[in-house]
Amino acid sequence: MYTQALDIPQQNTEAKGPRTIENPAYQAEFDAKIDAGGYIEAKDWMPESYRKTLVRQISQHAHSEIVGMLPEGNWITRAPTLKRKAILLAKVQDEGGHGLYLYAAAETLGVSRDELLDALHSGRAKYSSIFNYPTLTWADIGVVGWLVDGAAIMNQIPLCKCSYGPYARAMVRICKEESFHQRQGYDLLLTMMKGTQEQRDMVQDAVNRWWWPSIMMFGPHDKDSTHSAQSARWGIKRISNDDLRQKFVDATVEQAKVLGVTMPDPELKWNEARGHYDFGAIDWDEFWNVVNGHGQGNVDRLAARVKAWDDGAWVREAALEYARKHDARDSQAA
Amino acid sequence: MTQQMTSPEHIEYVLRLGDNALILGQRLSEWCGHAPVLEEDMALANMSLDLIGQARMLLTHAGRLEGRGRDEDQLAFLRTEPNYRNLTLCELPNQDFARTMVRNFLYSSFQKLLWERLMTSSDAELAAIAAKSIKEARYHAQHAGDWVIRLGDGTAESHARAQGALDYLWPYTAEFFAATPVDDTVAAAGVGPAWSELETAWEALVLPVLAEATLTVPARTPFRSYGKFGRHSEHMGHLLAEMQIMQRTYPGAQW
Repeated sequence: MYTQALDIPQQNTEAKGPRTIENPAYQAEFDAKIDAGGYIEAKDWMPESYRKTLVRQISQHAHSEIVGMLPEGNWITRAPTLKRKAILLAKVQDEGGHGLYLYAAAETLGVSRDELLDALHSGRAKYSSIFNYPTLTWADIGVVGWLVDGAAIMNQIPLCKCSYGPYARAMVRICKEESFHQRQGYDLLLTMMKGTQEQRDMVQDAVNRWWWPSIMMFGPHDKDSTHSAQSARWGIKRISNDDLRQKFVDATVEQAKVLGVTMPDPELKWNEARGHYDFGAIDWDEFWNVVNGHGQGNVDRLAARVKAWDDGAWVREAALEYARKHDARDSQAA
Repeated sequence: MTQQMTSPEHIEYVLRLGDNALILGQRLSEWCGHAPVLEEDMALANMSLDLIGQARMLLTHAGRLEGRGRDEDQLAFLRTEPNYRNLTLCELPNQDFARTMVRNFLYSSFQKLLWERLMTSSDAELAAIAAKSIKEARYHAQHAGDWVIRLGDGTAESHARAQGALDYLWPYTAEFFAATPVDDTVAAAGVGPAWSELETAWEALVLPVLAEATLTVPARTPFRSYGKFGRHSEHMGHLLAEMQIMQRTYPGAQW
């Protein structure tokens, strides 16, 4: 699962952690390394704004992974076969693992997982809006794998070569698993499309609901994307939102034909001159409404995360208290 | 195939093993996305996956032994409640992390003993399943045992919750060891041990851990549960309604 790093007008991007001393010599060294396509590592000097941008992007991505466990987790107990139940459970577990790698990558930038989670729980941090849409039928599980993970892969492959080493390395592992998830989702849908008319209708309905939100996952148009130029300069963003979106549409439309579903866009058609599919206008009001908390699932998703965290407080305290007692006993014994 | 030699008791014994794994696997999967910390989210999902994997092998095997053409999914999703033979303990709601961990500890300690014995089963398929499952049960018992100790010997609240969980679950463990004619037949055929034989060894595994956790083991009471005989708690119907909904709503569909 994935988020595009998103600039939210009212978002507090102030992150705690080490403060960077600005230094022209270090800056020149950093710039040279970026220009040469090298990796910046955790111990290297980096400009404060680079660090902040990464903390924001990596933590949004991590939050998206763990919030993304909820819409798919919604179907684990109702999966139609044991094989599909095992596949889905393993997939959602992978998303949790991605969250772990990413929180660990963010921690190399001087923030703690607890601080980042606190930002999520208090609503200061964002996660990918796609997870605020509901999973209404079993076909949604296939479509989320195919379209949502498919969009994620388009976004993430360039990140495997992003300039920050710990993030790039986490993304290599994540991309391998995501591409597996996408194929599993597509396989689920192929099986349903070979089934009854009721099953095929279920798939088409899910495609109708997820298509537009999926292509919104690439974020605002390039002309409206305020931080993109700086991120490109830093090697954090290698391909623009619109280019990625076009690549996704071109690949997915062909897959839809094989599957036998149609996208809910009457303007979607091949443009011979451009060598790409043209598609209709994206409803950005819808996008910003969901980003700003007014989607169907925003309240429930965040509440579920907060509840899990609050309900687990006594467990985390018990583990710490047990460790403290044993440290004390061990030092007494020594 | 050995089906012409298979007794109904043999099939029921394998089904019981499969149903334990299926129903506890279903319960543990409910935690996914809701655990106290991300590492436990992954551990619980992992244990659920292990159990669902065991259930798939065992139910497939039971279906073959039965010889009526039922596969793992027909057995998992299309039986009626009295035909499930899992221990009542497996179907009880998760409640909180303490009850989940105490249950996993009590159950996986028992499974460890059972799989050890089943590795030498006269049923070669069951012996092979046991050889795989024993590794999983050892890990589950270690993981849950560590948590039982941490929670029991942690804070006042975690101790109270762990003790409450043990008080609630302990009476259901009597069912593990209740004698049944099925077990006698199966033990005589060398398929597997009568579960009643395992009580002393199980207590030797669990009591020291519960003592280290500073928990008080409740006295045995006349309470008995009967899940493995097909008479379940009120919780079972709800679990099945949720688990079976797709197969019940769309009969015969392929997924």
